[in-house]
Amino acid sequence: MRRKHRRSLARAWAVFLLATLWSHTAFAHAQQGAAVGFFTGFWHPISGLDHVLAMVAVGLWGAQLGPPAIWLLPVSFPMVMALGGMMGLLGVRLPGIEYGIAGSAILLGTAVMFEVRPPVAVAAALVGFFAIFHGHAHGTELPPNQSVLLYSMGFVIATGCLHAVGIGIGTVHRWAWGQRLVRVAGTLVAVGGVFFMWKAFT
Amino acid sequence: MKTTRKSDRPIYAIVGLAVVLCSAPAKAHLNSTGMGPIYDGSMHFLMSPEDLVPVLALALLSGQRGAQYGRRTLFVLPPAWLLGSLLGLMVSATSGSPIVSAIWFLLLGGLLAADVKLSVHTTTVLAAALGLYGGYLNGTGMGQAENATVSLLGLGVAVFVLVALAAALVVPLRAYWARIAVRVAGSWIAASGILMFGWAARARL
Repeated sequence: MRRKHRRSLARAWAVFLLATLWSHTAFAHAQQGAAVGFFTGFWHPISGLDHVLAMVAVGLWGAQLGPPAIWLLPVSFPMVMALGGMMGLLGVRLPGIEYGIAGSAILLGTAVMFEVRPPVAVAAALVGFFAIFHGHAHGTELPPNQSVLLYSMGFVIATGCLHAVGIGIGTVHRWAWGQRLVRVAGTLVAVGGVFFMWKAFT
Repeated sequence: MKTTRKSDRPIYAIVGLAVVLCSAPAKAHLNSTGMGPIYDGSMHFLMSPEDLVPVLALALLSGQRGAQYGRRTLFVLPPAWLLGSLLGLMVSATSGSPIVSAIWFLLLGGLLAADVKLSVHTTTVLAAALGLYGGYLNGTGMGQAENATVSLLGLGVAVFVLVALAAALVVPLRAYWARIAVRVAGSWIAASGILMFGWAARARL
């Protein structure tokens, strides 16, 4: 009986999730475009694999380094990234943004691959430095006629969720096989970074 | 666990059908109940992130510090919001400064992210200031509307419920990761504040 109940509950959840995830934007509210602004911002970091790799690598590295880095990196990254975004909004030119983003994937991936353990301040400074490039790219790409606040919140939250994915994967670090798995993930990130660097040059 | 017997099902079906067919009109529509302005006020607050997020940040911040702080915010912020909005009703419509909104995001998000140990007095001052400012802006916006005072009541209720729920969610948190998650939410709010500064500054350039 209990198993049957669980199965029907799982089915109900599956239907609910499908309906939620596949639903279209309702446009039912007076402030039209607000929801679109949020989802545009949310989708922006997720739609670029270069951003995804670097963000996940931040979470992986935080998980490898353990406390306090595991929370310091995801707490400090969005704020420094927002500073980069503000620079982009104000028209401050930043040379080599694409190289910076690809370089972040290479360096962070390499740090995870070799399980580099610098002092927390150095790790935070390195992550913060690269956050400026990611933020600048997001800040300069707001589509017209959308809520700027919700766009900003969308891309900040998406970035945080990508960190959480990295931290989530990094929780396997407590086991020996998990440590190897995290290092393999770091290697993949670094390889992806090399690909994007090559693309930026060509 | 007791299950329904097959022989009982027709009886339940007949009773269910009778209840559905004999039910009185619900009178649930806003025109007939006069509840429309109340919902207008609540939804105005809940659909405005520039109002909602700072209140949420302050509720989380006070919940993070403990039940005493949570209660203080709960009983200071909504009345201050109502007072501010009543003051705003007397003034012709004005729009808030995006810079000031950004400051609220940055200040409250930053305090939450840094897990700053504020005193109860400082929390009270923050709650009163945020309530007066946010309420005043809401009041000026609703000044022209019919039943504006009733809408403000709905707005105050929404602020009260949000503060109560958010603070009550955080007060009992003891797990390390859960408290960190609250701080991460603070950093997201602060980051949004930094970006709001950027947008506001760009508009002026």
